[in-house]
Amino acid sequence: MSEPWEEEGPGTIKKFMYVNRKAPYGTIYALESLEVVLIAAAFEQDVSMAFLDDGVYQLKKGQDTAGIGMKNFSPTYRALEGYDVEKLYVEAESLAERGLSEDDLLVPVEVMGREALAALMDEQDVILSF
Amino acid sequence: MSMLHTVNKSPFERNTLAACIGHALPGSAILLIEDGVYAAVRGTSHEDMVRGAIAEHTLYVLGPDLLARGMKPEQVIEGISVVDYGGFVDLTEQHERVQSWL
Repeated sequence: MSEPWEEEGPGTIKKFMYVNRKAPYGTIYALESLEVVLIAAAFEQDVSMAFLDDGVYQLKKGQDTAGIGMKNFSPTYRALEGYDVEKLYVEAESLAERGLSEDDLLVPVEVMGREALAALMDEQDVILSF
Repeated sequence: MSMLHTVNKSPFERNTLAACIGHALPGSAILLIEDGVYAAVRGTSHEDMVRGAIAEHTLYVLGPDLLARGMKPEQVIEGISVVDYGGFVDLTEQHERVQSWL
């Protein structure tokens, strides 16, 4: 008998996109998103992460949290590749509004315009927002 | 003695800083903390608003919150002073009251 979560049969791969729109540290969203992505990576789905609005700040190089007594979780973004989470999309407009460029980011990403990102969102089976 | 205003939200996510600037009386101090520190960085689309505030108020930004977010004191708009936690305490002491904009 199949379990409810297996209804569509084994081997069904869905497109999951994690949409990150919050800055790190000020709220728990960024860290929670990372935790969920790492857990979900075990299920071998087609996973991507999008960073837009203040979410682009999550990928800012040079984070040093020693002074605020919080864990610096930014190195984890560099470890995502090891979990087969290789599609990281960053919205160009969000970077520009914040005076940031691709060089300011701590991992290789694909920078794309809002329109292209919207189209990509439309292709997903599941979107999880943080 | 004047008011010390603190702002802890990103100017991109909330209108907290704009509300603070709109209500802070000339000569009062504004301290940017937590996600509020993003407003202190040069080159953002909110730079003009912040430069306008510097003309009327004394602006400060909390250094440890800047560093945590990967921003350096050199990237801060001229006219904003970077303070540490001790400086935060001094500011609360130098002002009669603190108004937190959340």
